Amino acid sequence: MTALPGHPPDALLIRVELPAHLRTLAGISGEARLHIPRPITQRTILDTLEVRYPMLRGTIRDHSTHQRRPFLRFFACEEDLSHQSPDTPLPEAITTAAEPFLIIGAIAGG
Amino acid sequence: MSQVRVLVGTRKGAFILTSDAARKNWDIAGPLFAGWEIYHLKGSPVDPNRIYASQCSGWFGQLIQRSDDGGLTWNPVGNQFPYEGVPGTHQSHDGTAHPWAFKRVWHLEPSLTDPDTVYAGIEDAALFRSTDGAHTWQELSSLRRHGSGPLWQPGAGGLGLHTILLDPSNPQRIFIAISAAGAFRTDDGGLTWQPINKGLHSTYLPNPEAEVGHCVHHMAMHPSRPGVLFMQKHWDVMRSDNAGEQWREISGNLPTDFGFVIDVHAHEPETLYVVPIKSDGEHFPPDGKLRVYRSRSGGNEWEPLTNGLPQKDCYVNVLRDAMAVDSLDSCGIYFGTTGGQVYVSPDAGDNWAPIVRDLPAVLSVEVQTLP
Repeated sequence: MTALPGHPPDALLIRVELPAHLRTLAGISGEARLHIPRPITQRTILDTLEVRYPMLRGTIRDHSTHQRRPFLRFFACEEDLSHQSPDTPLPEAITTAAEPFLIIGAIAGG
Repeated sequence: MSQVRVLVGTRKGAFILTSDAARKNWDIAGPLFAGWEIYHLKGSPVDPNRIYASQCSGWFGQLIQRSDDGGLTWNPVGNQFPYEGVPGTHQSHDGTAHPWAFKRVWHLEPSLTDPDTVYAGIEDAALFRSTDGAHTWQELSSLRRHGSGPLWQPGAGGLGLHTILLDPSNPQRIFIAISAAGAFRTDDGGLTWQPINKGLHSTYLPNPEAEVGHCVHHMAMHPSRPGVLFMQKHWDVMRSDNAGEQWREISGNLPTDFGFVIDVHAHEPETLYVVPIKSDGEHFPPDGKLRVYRSRSGGNEWEPLTNGLPQKDCYVNVLRDAMAVDSLDSCGIYFGTTGGQVYVSPDAGDNWAPIVRDLPAVLSVEVQTLP
């Protein structure tokens, strides 16, 4: 792992893919790219995402309980991690930015 | 020259319709917040360029948007609506106790005197107020903690606080209405509340004259006579001449007294408008004819207004917040339908024309009269 200039020595580049409506809300085109110190978990990703893009607070998880909103899922490396503890370390491919952390809206309406 | 700006909330975004005082040629802006449900937008009476919007989604929850330039640009503001204290329970549809839980903001009502103060009516029913331009919200919790709160039940659309009327002659007095708890009034700025449902009769209640439980769909007042209230209830059009202490029915000769909207002419406090809907089981106009009914006598005697409205094969609904009036000399009346039409009458209801025909289902219509 390489320390990124301007960030804490242990900060890693993490790629996060958001649903289209949240990209529009946050003014992001493409993936969000976040610099996050270890450990890389759902919680640390979402904490950093909400600091960088405060308009997303409450749209992915509850403001106070931090419970995931029911129509959203967290995927990575072809696995559904939604029901894992938010403090479980994420797969190595996320920490190396080989794979993005995916926030997915449920398919509905069709 | 005067202008009007019509703020339209729909199931899939917001639209802003603007015209000069002739109200014939319209510019259509939108969709804003495309894909999101916009339950309501409303501008500040003291700063018309300050507009608040309720934006929500089953996926992403609630946002509040604020514009300070008449809707050209928007910024998300505070979207936390924490109930004060331990919320307790209300009744669910089946009569069992159900914990209060925030679902969405149904209605935003900007203060009559301060652009940074705005009220929000939410589901599950509660009243919130912001005094910092919607960045933070505080519950006026004594309403929900009124002794009847555990008995409140949702209407078919949810337990929503949908009507907020601010008394222009008395800043301490606010009227609100909840489906399906009824109407309430505070005379002390929200510290205490009393139900104001005497005279309402609802056969779907075990006690049809119960103090609470009535499915009030909407209420309206004329600012020059804030003690006179008009109500479209689930069934029955009602009137109170004493700030809700007592109601009497004014349905008169309406073809059906079911409906959602009710409004008052800007310059004639005894001229009322409703859109009769066939029944609670058939949410469309009787006989496929979309008719606004006008009373020039404060109720009981109603005339159908049809010129320019579809008079056959029309099966849309007009939802509770989807009618508004402008304050030009010739009062304009506006309403939106679940079929996506927004109609205007620039002559108090005599003649109608669609401003736009094919929007997503319209949830709310407000109009601003601009200098």
